[in-house]
Amino acid sequence: MRFAPHTDEDVQAMLAACGLSSLDDLFAHIPSNLTLDGELAIPEGLSEMELVADLRRLAGRNRHLDDLVSFAGGGAYDHYVPAVVWALAGRSELYTSYTPYQPELSQGVLQALFEYQSMICELTGLEVSNASLYDGPTALVEAVHMATGATGRSRVLVSETLDHRYLETLATYGAGEHFSVETIPVKSGVTGMTAIGEDVAAVVVQHPNFFGNLDRPREVFEAARAAGARAIQVFDPLSLGILAPPGELGADIAVAEGQMLGNHLSYGGPYLGIIAARGQDLRRMPGRIVGETTDVDGTRGFVLTLQAREQHIRREKATSNICTNQTLMAVAATVYLGWLGPHGLEELGRQCMAKARYAAERISDLTAAELMWPRAEFFKEFTVRVDRPGVVQASLLDAGFLVGPMVGEDGLLVSVTERRTREEIDRLVKAFGEALS
Amino acid sequence: MTGAPVRSRGPDIASRTLRERSVPGRRAWSFPELDVPNIDVPQDHGRRSAPGLPEVAETDLVRHFTRLSQINYGVDTGFYPLGSCSMKYNPKVAEAVAALPGFQRLHPHQPEETVQGALELLWRLERALCEITGMARTTFQPPAGASGELTGLLIMRAYHTKNGDPRSKILIPDSAHGTNPASVTLSGYRAVQVPSDQRGLVDLAKLRDLVDQDTAGLMLTNPNTLGLFEEEIEGIAAAMHRVGALLYYDGANLNAIMGRVRPGDMGFDVVHMNTHKTFATPHGGGGPGAGPVAVNAKLERFLPSPVVGFDEESGRYFWDGERPDSIGRVHGFHGNFGVLVRAYAYVFGHGREGLREVGERAVLNANYLACLVSEAYPLAFPGQPMHEFVSTARRLRRHGVRAMDVAKRVIDLGFHPSTVYFPLIVEEAMMVEPTETESKDTLDAFAEAMLQVSREAVEDPHLLHEAPVTTPVRRLDEAKAARELKLHW
Repeated sequence: MRFAPHTDEDVQAMLAACGLSSLDDLFAHIPSNLTLDGELAIPEGLSEMELVADLRRLAGRNRHLDDLVSFAGGGAYDHYVPAVVWALAGRSELYTSYTPYQPELSQGVLQALFEYQSMICELTGLEVSNASLYDGPTALVEAVHMATGATGRSRVLVSETLDHRYLETLATYGAGEHFSVETIPVKSGVTGMTAIGEDVAAVVVQHPNFFGNLDRPREVFEAARAAGARAIQVFDPLSLGILAPPGELGADIAVAEGQMLGNHLSYGGPYLGIIAARGQDLRRMPGRIVGETTDVDGTRGFVLTLQAREQHIRREKATSNICTNQTLMAVAATVYLGWLGPHGLEELGRQCMAKARYAAERISDLTAAELMWPRAEFFKEFTVRVDRPGVVQASLLDAGFLVGPMVGEDGLLVSVTERRTREEIDRLVKAFGEALS
Repeated sequence: MTGAPVRSRGPDIASRTLRERSVPGRRAWSFPELDVPNIDVPQDHGRRSAPGLPEVAETDLVRHFTRLSQINYGVDTGFYPLGSCSMKYNPKVAEAVAALPGFQRLHPHQPEETVQGALELLWRLERALCEITGMARTTFQPPAGASGELTGLLIMRAYHTKNGDPRSKILIPDSAHGTNPASVTLSGYRAVQVPSDQRGLVDLAKLRDLVDQDTAGLMLTNPNTLGLFEEEIEGIAAAMHRVGALLYYDGANLNAIMGRVRPGDMGFDVVHMNTHKTFATPHGGGGPGAGPVAVNAKLERFLPSPVVGFDEESGRYFWDGERPDSIGRVHGFHGNFGVLVRAYAYVFGHGREGLREVGERAVLNANYLACLVSEAYPLAFPGQPMHEFVSTARRLRRHGVRAMDVAKRVIDLGFHPSTVYFPLIVEEAMMVEPTETESKDTLDAFAEAMLQVSREAVEDPHLLHEAPVTTPVRRLDEAKAARELKLHW
């Protein structure tokens, strides 16, 4: 494959215009002992046909979700992606553009991001959203930075009902010595109560939580705010057609994995990190923010704004180092939320919840399985207690079902999206029964 | 050759936001009838009022976003010479292969035995990136360049901490990208600026004065952000390594030297790459990217966990999470896998000789364009540029014209302008990176436009001050946007 359009004549003419005689002259000032002897140990290039064959071979070594029936969750979900989403987000005027540094040439991306921010505010019941971050866990890191900056404190309390990947990511970034992380124990599948001292910067609760359970954010957030800490909720955007939004639950900052908003699973990325907050923390918000303004003729237009927070202006004093974000994924999310509207979102939430309940009841009817927390309420996923969950998971895989991830030593997470039919759920239950017998 | 979005007075309905198009009762969604018993939302958890999302038909959605695409400029629209961004053509075949269900429909929690092809792809890409950079191992977790920087710095910190001396400062040239110092702060280090000398290169004497036992490392882009090769890199590396400090290579400009010079051979210990620059993965209007980080053997043990493993005996690939010295996880899953599939297509499609040719043609294009425009817009520093060059519009200031005015007028002539006002150390900077995928014809036409603008700056500066006049909106009031904040509808 070659995409440089130069003919040999072009090369000669261009070199001559620069007063050079060979391409090597362009590199003559590089010390010769630094240049590579010979060629890179990489195979020779391929034609497009050969390349496609190679990638088809690799893709063919994977079992994908058109083949397996997915009841897998734990932060990424097989929700339906309507055809319109990527027909629009995939328009190349959008996807081949750079960060909108010249707004007159970038109104498409800027307006789409403004609409994205608006929809996130509507969903969360909070006042400000940025134009996206990398993914859910890194969005939580940024939220914690906002909280430590706002409170001048460095202790962070995290409920153990939080997805462990979020906790691990927080711990990695905490090594920069900006904060320390302590956990609040689980009680009956939800966040246990704990004393929140006046030295706590942030309290983090996931709701619905990692186990699938509806947690108790109102009480915890009330206690957090009484102690002067920032209340941070990790949420599921597709739950917000039916569940109370973070703003109403008392969250100061809300973060989420945005994959489920019209983005493909793609083995873990690219997804998008959602972050929204109350107005009080606007100037601590990381990343790009789009604002509405007018041009010299008074026509409405959109620009990147509040850039004095950002790394290219503030350098070592910036609120974050983020530069590239996940704009295209945010555009896809905007199309998707436009497709759903308020009533589609509600219907989707209702279907997920009803199907998850149906699956949970049928599975708990099996003699060898029970729900880990039988009295807990849940949204679209729940935890089943089984002996040797790894063996059960493998056996279900043999039957064509993807479930998980595992929860501790004896738990298996089961997720049910709107895509799953009653017939598929019934088959899963049957396979569960066989796996446990 | 160009097709910048143009001002058109369509019906008012066309410029509405999605919310302004909303009509209660209209809808695009459809779901099957619920085939299990319906249940009520637990009372104290329910939402009281529906979120204020727009209610539109699918036609409305399609018209709306199609119009938004039409008022946006991408590489597919025309020449996009943003310096430091490597806005090269994004191969369509990379999009096609990334959309194969065997990649796009993989769940990140799938067991290893069901994703052998994905792991093999990552393993092969890792070997290639290590070869290109002269490093030992690579992590794919960082989803962008800045994330790669922070990952690299945390690795450096872990290395020094393991040696019993975490140290406190990182040196950064004054020409560096803003993410460098911002990442340094987040990693718990203090950024110390190293001045550039008369040539626009790191001032080696001053660097030697700044380096001490408390220096954890240096972050450097080479070629640097002025597009110049740091010819004294060996002296720089020696000065750092002498005190036990490490060298970080910011891969923003790797495109220039691919297949010709390797960061590892220059003495660098850690390297991040920007796949959306060097390996042509589409930047999506600001993201996604991917920022793989490669390290040499002495830093391998600190890489984020897990890394891809390969068992030669069984021919099986796996996630290797047994890494006690790892800095931990820096991304929720395995990084931006979908982007990495595109990078793989680019690297293996080009192959060893193709990648070397990429660098050569990129440098040729930048030098050629510099020759065409540098009389009107002098180079900020005299050295021979690599894949990009930095000019200054300083001379036009006496006509009341700024670099931004030049950029806006270039838009009216049908091109995306260069980066302006970066690097910060150059007055009225214009940073031009044509990339290798542009033809001589395009460069000639762009140079002609730049020269026309320089003449207009003298003869009719009004044209520049008024520009752009051909775009869907004209110059926007950024001060008003920041003052009268309107961040959602």
